[in-house]
Amino acid sequence: MSVGYRPTPYTVPPARSSSRLLRRDGAIRRLDWALLLAVLALSAIGCALVWSATRPALLDSGEDPQAFLKKHIINISVGLTLGLVASLFDYRMLRAYAPILYLLSIGGLVAVLTPLGSTINGSHSWIILPAGFSVQPSEFAKVALVVGMAMLLAEKRDAEEDPRDIDVLLALAFAGVPLALVLLQPDLGTVLVVCALVLGVIAVSGAPIRWVLGLVVGAVLVATVAIQVGVLKDYQLDRFRAFYDPAADPKGVGYNVRQAQIAIGSGGVHGEGLLHGAQTQGKFVPAQQTDFIFTVAGEELGFVGAAGIVLLLGIILWRVARIAMGAEDLFGRLVAAGVLCWFAFQAFENIGMTIGIMPVTGVPLPFVSYGGSSMFANLLAIGLLQNVHMRRYT
Amino acid sequence: MSERSRLRLVVVQVLVLSLLGTLLGRLWYLQVLASDDYRSAATENATRQIITPAARGMILDARGRPLARNRTALVVSISRTALLRESDGGRDLVARVATVIGKPFQEVWDKTRLCGSSGAPLAPKCFNGSPYQPIPVTDEADTQMALQIMERREDFPGVTAELTAVREYPGPLGANAAHELGYLGPVTDDELALRNAGTRKGVRNETVLQRTDVIGRTGLEKQYDEDLRGTPGVKTLTVDHQGAVSGALSETEPRPGNHLVTTIDARVQAEAEKQLRAAIRRARGEGDINKGFARRKADSGAVVVMDVRTGGIVAMASWPTYDPNIWVGGISTKDYKKITGKKNNYPNQSRAFQGEFAPASTFKAVSLPAAVKAGYSVNGSYNCPAAYSIGGALKANYESQGYGVIPMRKAIEVSCDTVFYKFAYETWLRQGGLRPKKGTKDPFTEMAKAFGLGKRTGLDLPSESDGRIADRAWKRGYWKATRDFYCAKAKTGYPEVARKDPTRAAYLLQLSKENCADGWAYRGGDAANFAIGQGDTTTTPLQMARVYAAVANGGTLVTPHIGRAIMTPEGKLVREIEPKAERRIPVSRSTLTWLRAALRGVTERGTGYGPFARAQFPLAELPVATKTGTGEVYGKQTTSWFASYAPADKPQYAVVMMVSQGGTGSGTSGPSVAELYKTLFGITGNNVVLAKASPPGGHPTTRLPTVGADGTVVQPPGELTNADRPQAAPVLPPFRREDDG
Repeated sequence: MSVGYRPTPYTVPPARSSSRLLRRDGAIRRLDWALLLAVLALSAIGCALVWSATRPALLDSGEDPQAFLKKHIINISVGLTLGLVASLFDYRMLRAYAPILYLLSIGGLVAVLTPLGSTINGSHSWIILPAGFSVQPSEFAKVALVVGMAMLLAEKRDAEEDPRDIDVLLALAFAGVPLALVLLQPDLGTVLVVCALVLGVIAVSGAPIRWVLGLVVGAVLVATVAIQVGVLKDYQLDRFRAFYDPAADPKGVGYNVRQAQIAIGSGGVHGEGLLHGAQTQGKFVPAQQTDFIFTVAGEELGFVGAAGIVLLLGIILWRVARIAMGAEDLFGRLVAAGVLCWFAFQAFENIGMTIGIMPVTGVPLPFVSYGGSSMFANLLAIGLLQNVHMRRYT
Repeated sequence: MSERSRLRLVVVQVLVLSLLGTLLGRLWYLQVLASDDYRSAATENATRQIITPAARGMILDARGRPLARNRTALVVSISRTALLRESDGGRDLVARVATVIGKPFQEVWDKTRLCGSSGAPLAPKCFNGSPYQPIPVTDEADTQMALQIMERREDFPGVTAELTAVREYPGPLGANAAHELGYLGPVTDDELALRNAGTRKGVRNETVLQRTDVIGRTGLEKQYDEDLRGTPGVKTLTVDHQGAVSGALSETEPRPGNHLVTTIDARVQAEAEKQLRAAIRRARGEGDINKGFARRKADSGAVVVMDVRTGGIVAMASWPTYDPNIWVGGISTKDYKKITGKKNNYPNQSRAFQGEFAPASTFKAVSLPAAVKAGYSVNGSYNCPAAYSIGGALKANYESQGYGVIPMRKAIEVSCDTVFYKFAYETWLRQGGLRPKKGTKDPFTEMAKAFGLGKRTGLDLPSESDGRIADRAWKRGYWKATRDFYCAKAKTGYPEVARKDPTRAAYLLQLSKENCADGWAYRGGDAANFAIGQGDTTTTPLQMARVYAAVANGGTLVTPHIGRAIMTPEGKLVREIEPKAERRIPVSRSTLTWLRAALRGVTERGTGYGPFARAQFPLAELPVATKTGTGEVYGKQTTSWFASYAPADKPQYAVVMMVSQGGTGSGTSGPSVAELYKTLFGITGNNVVLAKASPPGGHPTTRLPTVGADGTVVQPPGELTNADRPQAAPVLPPFRREDDG
């Protein structure tokens, strides 16, 4: 490890960096282009969908019909910049900043619970900033958790050695704090995603199998008890009930589920065409630019577009998995594995709830949904993975 | 990095792959396999239809005068979407509208509630239309109200004042014709489901019903509903999740309904109604010779004026009647009770084609040809005693004395019953009396059937009555249906009656015993009664008019009809409703000629003479053939009948009048019929001026009126003479002659 624990960020003058990056074995040449292109393609589709989903409401209220689209493009640009930054310095340096990132995210999550926080869609997950911006700290916490867990479980074991029980316990304790804070918001969707992430990192770290199985069994037990004891809020339970029987409450929670499926199903093979979906343009599906954006794709772009999104996600996940496989050290692999589980579960949960195979929990579709924090976190993660990928043999 | 880590990563990848596979599988199901279901659900979600009703076609009389038309009314409507947008649910807005249109708030508020929604009052106070339809709160707005609303748009968001068509029965020249016109009613859920079932299966039905439609409930409005209704305009709107309109998908203009031209002549109709009322007043003002001097009840009556060649109804009236306009815009409970209740003797029932009455002596026009068939010559002379003995019981001549031996012609003129008793009784005896040979056909009941009695005439109006021929088969059927009752009563007697009236109880017991034992038997008395149109045999006045039309036109049994032609709103002929004939009556020309002469004799010398003499009717210029009838009904006063046609030599019209509990035929109905003929042939004093007749020319209107695209009507030329009319005997196609005995 040539680069040690430097106290200040590693920066280089732009000119020098580009020349260095463009060398035969330079970072640019080593970039995972397939991953980047898939992310950009998905983001572009996301722009179109956000535009189509928000246009009617903006037209109704007499605002600029492209207002959301513009903000979304800004979000993507900011996110790409963040990703670029995250890919430039050697990821191994991150180990030094992991505690800072972790503490920052804990701070954010705590702030949400104070009067600074705001409630949107039943989740007390946001901090409203001036000038119409808002931050969802739990999204950034995912990045911090991936890095932190990877650091804890990979520390001292870049040799052929698997984590010991104490390391696993430490990692769990480490993950437990933000998890508890997210649970307090309560943001059930993020909790589930974080659980998948934690489980994935622990599993891939090579920790004893009893931990992996124990965590799965434990999660099921906790979920059962939570439902039985009544820790969950009524609206959360309703969402689960609506999942089992969407017809039970067609005007309440079941409405979302039903309208989402009508939108997607009515798209058919080729879709109604962008801006021409009756369900979308009639705003029948709530939250259609954020959590339910997949319904817009399903209706207006049809099976071709919807399956295309799933395939692009598949390409991203495949590249992420490849990065995990090819990572030079366990830290890099664990970061990649954590992101893999995060994206995979979050995408499955999001699309699954719109097509009626998962209960409704509020998580955005990676790279597609409108929302700055989520977009930033996703692109940060991609930047980190490119970082891992580029520095395989240096 | 351990091999374990690598292995675990492979497992994670497999899991991720299976998740993606699950998503794709489910998407395939939703978007490819089950897409059609979701697509229709989306359409249901996101489109709404606005219906613009089509203007209903007019119902015109033969000369183009509107019997039913559309009045333009200023309708004030409130959009429900606008109400929902108000913070107080629109209460304030409705209150403002109520003030302007001068109606109580609660009434207007109720009108804006959707029927079946919570808190809504019951129909007809609530709104029965679609939630996307503007709700009409009054159709009686005046220009002042409309201006107030249209000028203060900001105070009345979503409120409109528009000209809309509302049905109206103007009663031209005083013609009411309520029973013929019928009325409109809102469509019911069942009808909607039934009529629209075809469209769901993909069959485009031109006359699909909409919830806000009104459809014909009775009369011509019902019979010709599909022609009159037209096709409503449908505007399909796209709406968002809150029901706010976001655009228009398609729009079809309403197509107004076609006009119906009828055979009715409004002037004759008005006169017929007037003369019917006159007859009833006449009956009520005179005593009943059988019942001391008590006034006659004259509870109801009917008159029919028929074109003898085509069966076209020129006028048809029934009393009591009602104003058809009470149905417009929904009838009030009070009015409904009034016209369907016993108290007013069911004004909604037409006595002309729904009322069944014993035809009495007017039936002799049927009995005479039957008697000829049975072998009694019209050239013979027959004894007309005051009473005739049937099986030991004497049956008297009604209202008549004995005339001794008289020629058949005179038997008709004086309406001698006993001659017909003899014909019928002897025929009955010849056929085996109570136990006839199998297959024997009674010439009297057979002739009644041949004249179309005992079943509906096929008039183009709903709910026509059959009448009844009380022959052997009917008696047996009736006995089978009632014998259990009578046999039980024959054992128990009538103790409840006996307490008050032992004589009546004894009579009822005797009757029950007879009915129980041999109520099936067609007795000699039954046969005799049948021949003079008494007993259990009943006919409608319309059926009798048809009988006399057949005698008048030379033996064709025409099918009565009111519809004459269907015309488009632009005045183009869609189709003419061709007159139809059911058959030729099995009576020889010579018998018919003889009968026509005899009926003419009734007017000139017989029971029909009085009314025409008193009316100073110029019979020499315009001969009329008549037959009177005075029907006896057990427990009631007599039924007055007067059947006729004119001119007797070249018949044009058959006129039949009937007044229930109205006294004699010549005393009550006769004078009214004579007056009616004066209108039909333009008679003033002793002069017959056919040009002044109604319809002009002294014959039914044959040419169709011209209807302009704007709804104006040009009457057919008025000075047609008889020569203009096709004279070739019956305009009907020749019918196969049946056994012309």
